[in-house]
Amino acid sequence: MDRVPILKIGDVLLVSIQVDLEDKTAIQLQEDVADRIVASGAHGVIIDITGLDIVDSFVGRMLSSIAAISRVLGADTVVVGMRPAVAITLVELGLSLEGIQTALNVERGMRILAEARQGPRLHRDERGSTAEAAAPR
Amino acid sequence: MALNAQTGKTFDALLSANGDRLVDRWTERVAQTLRGRLTETELRRQILELHSALRAAVGEGTFDLPSEGSAELRALLGELSRERARRGFSPSETAISVFALKDALIEVFDFGDGDAEALRELIAFTQVIDQLGLYTFETYARAREELISGQGEQLLELSTPVVKLWAGVVAVPLVGTLDSARAQVVMEKLLQSLVDTESTYAIIDITGVPAVDTQVAQHILKTVVAARLMGAECVISGIRPQIAQTIVALGIEFGDITTKASLADALVHAMRANGVDIVRRTPREES
Amino acid sequence: MTTVSERGGAPVERTELREILLIAADEDVVHVRQLVRKAAVAAKLSLVDQTKLVTAASELARNTLAYGGGGQVTVEVVDDGRRVGVRAEFVDEGPGIPDIGRAMSDGYTTGGGLGLGLGGARRLVDEFELDTKVSLGTRVTVTKWAR
Repeated sequence: MDRVPILKIGDVLLVSIQVDLEDKTAIQLQEDVADRIVASGAHGVIIDITGLDIVDSFVGRMLSSIAAISRVLGADTVVVGMRPAVAITLVELGLSLEGIQTALNVERGMRILAEARQGPRLHRDERGSTAEAAAPR
Repeated sequence: MALNAQTGKTFDALLSANGDRLVDRWTERVAQTLRGRLTETELRRQILELHSALRAAVGEGTFDLPSEGSAELRALLGELSRERARRGFSPSETAISVFALKDALIEVFDFGDGDAEALRELIAFTQVIDQLGLYTFETYARAREELISGQGEQLLELSTPVVKLWAGVVAVPLVGTLDSARAQVVMEKLLQSLVDTESTYAIIDITGVPAVDTQVAQHILKTVVAARLMGAECVISGIRPQIAQTIVALGIEFGDITTKASLADALVHAMRANGVDIVRRTPREES
Repeated sequence: MTTVSERGGAPVERTELREILLIAADEDVVHVRQLVRKAAVAAKLSLVDQTKLVTAASELARNTLAYGGGGQVTVEVVDDGRRVGVRAEFVDEGPGIPDIGRAMSDGYTTGGGLGLGLGGARRLVDEFELDTKVSLGTRVTVTKWAR
């Protein structure tokens, strides 16, 4: 069985999924990420899905549970690199990946994690939500 | 409409015995209608090819246009019709390339003493030419349809430009009626441009959209959700009062989607969220 | 027999691309996705439509495995004279679905999933047909046409 490699960059774990995931591999990945967070004390997890040409409800659920597990272990998760066709399909499927942060690419994902560690700063928030919340619409 | 082997042989003989004269007259007649839009040499080459393909088709036993033996003739006629359609020739100008053979044929045909057999032959020959003409016309019409649908697609592409307004901000100004197909194209193009330009903000400006129905609103909402999944935010600008009323009347929930009155407001919003402050350098002159 | 059908039933001509795969284990779901992708490319579906169809097939293959106890899928490129498309038929001899209405609604699940399988797959395709007999099995047929 293939295993998805987990790289450590500073205090961030980078998971780059490059192959069509078998269910077993996905479940294994969930365990591996949890183990690595504890072993390395990482504060953030970036899951790069640029290489995935589909995300079905099973993989979607795996992404949600990695985020939830990481949260419990004190790490933020950002899913990056979702392809447009995959995003359109997920919306149609009815899967909104509630509670998962997303970014266009690894670089922006890293920035979101760095900012989250420094605490929210007005006008520098990647998604604009903090800056907006302070200002009346 | 088939031609039996005997009549076919007679036709072939007639076509070959008067070969040069037929081709000359045929070319001449077509050239008159095309008025120089095709060179004499080019036209002559086409006619010569048609002439020999027709001879080959009728000379080999029973003639029938859809049959295997007429494959080359069909190919030539098809190519000629498609080429004419692409170059903007009219249906008559295209059909004349085939029907001019009739005029040429009547000039060389030996009516004998007006006996019935000769007339029957002539009718059979002209029926063959009619068949070729119909085939030409059908191919021509099909080629035109393809041309039109191709242009429709190009128009769709042209009518939905995605433009980069600022580093990290793209916008799609929608103009005209949005049907479901177009809304889908816009959605796909906008999302792809987020990836290509690494933009975290997309502005969908609907100032130029006269009406929004439930389906189109749904498409816009789905685009916003899909963009979020990719890590980008959408701002909708230019909602006209009537459209705002429709949206409320239809019970469409825009939820937490940011909406701005104008494209300018949306741009300022997106730039500010990207960490850019806009400051006027000199105080405005009082007038 | 209970049937749910959407715009189905038009006679279609079957073309040469037709393959059958067994769905018996976890890794077969991956094979189903690859086969459907191949057919979708052959039928010249747009990238978004390919993605939708492959995702739907993935959901249905997993259903066949999880609820039907395994089965098989027939994937073929079809042509109805006006357009080309891909049809996938998932068949199992499992327990069947007792309450179709509930099975089609989002959030319904007996297998520990998100319950988006059937309803979600239906939204991703152009035609969706479900035949099921309690204790005899389930057949789900989906079709997506090239635009």
